[in-house]
Amino acid sequence: MVLNWKTGGVLLGLVFFLAVLLVKPIGVSTQFVILDAIIADTVNPDLITQTEDGYSSTNAYLAKSGGKYAGNAANPLNYSFVFVLAMALGAFLSAMARGGVGADERKLPAIWYANYGDTPVKRYVVAFIGGFIVLYGARLAGGCTSGHMMSGMMQTAVSGYVFAAGAFAAALPVAIMMYKQEG
Amino acid sequence: MTTIILAIVIGAAFGAVLDRIGATNPNWIGKMLTLTNLHLMKTILLAIGTGSILMFAGQMAGLVDVGHMSVKAAYAGVFIGGLMLGAGWAAAGYCPGTGVCAAASGRKDALFFIAGGLMGAAAYMMTYPAWESAGLLDGGKLTLGEVPGAGYDALSTLPGDILGIVIGAGFVVIAIALPERLRGGGEAVAPAE
Repeated sequence: MVLNWKTGGVLLGLVFFLAVLLVKPIGVSTQFVILDAIIADTVNPDLITQTEDGYSSTNAYLAKSGGKYAGNAANPLNYSFVFVLAMALGAFLSAMARGGVGADERKLPAIWYANYGDTPVKRYVVAFIGGFIVLYGARLAGGCTSGHMMSGMMQTAVSGYVFAAGAFAAALPVAIMMYKQEG
Repeated sequence: MTTIILAIVIGAAFGAVLDRIGATNPNWIGKMLTLTNLHLMKTILLAIGTGSILMFAGQMAGLVDVGHMSVKAAYAGVFIGGLMLGAGWAAAGYCPGTGVCAAASGRKDALFFIAGGLMGAAAYMMTYPAWESAGLLDGGKLTLGEVPGAGYDALSTLPGDILGIVIGAGFVVIAIALPERLRGGGEAVAPAE
């Protein structure tokens, strides 16, 4: 059972408020870039270089804004990266505390089963491609559902509204076409 | 060190709440995006409204540092990227944060989502110069009203903090007014899990 929307909404709103009160607005998608950069820099140590006043990179995206991303990848023990790790831990503990996600659901979500039957490989391919498009889009937009939609609209940021308009304009028709059975 | 402790506390709280409201469950995302059960949409709208009212009221009372705001730039790529994220979100049932949380709670498909996400982010790292030179990343950091002390340009000359509270209240009203379902008939059915 999920929390009633009144309780859940207030709790989620409080978390977003606490983040901006104590540190800064919540965001997640940048950390996919940081993890990519950490992995790539291990394989190719020339990717991230230390400069006199910080970090830079041979990759233009990591080097932008004064090498901010390059610096974060060089020092992963920073707020935003640890935040995402802690988020995963929090979700894990919460899921365990409510008895864990069932074996059927762990393999395939019910909505997929209702529409496409017992086709895990197909589901994993769709999840992989979905992940690719989501993160490419999030980086192009400069944020994701957390950073743009929630944190952005909460701060009356114009970018948050532009992003939400784009996201729902695509998400609703795709979902309605792909998931005809309610599950 | 304090910032790391805050990252752990706020991050863990965020992950736990995402788990408890159903946002990490593709069945709830699917129901929301097919407009057949809007329970999660009501939760999200109420959260945005609550966060907005608390933040702007806190700023007006001098309890919240305006400098903690971080408004992102608005440019053409925000809309294009939003379209892409929306399509993938609908297909996979995950967005970046909820995908990570879902994988942590044992969902196998979410691991594939994360793997795809790392590839997608890497692909953007490599193609970033093309978007930049096409001018699709040019834009300014804009708020709807003028937030005192925030230093952002605004779309209107309205006082941004009061406007933020009014819009926040608007989100709360929409959350309350939104019906349980907009498509199909009968009661909105909740996913089994």
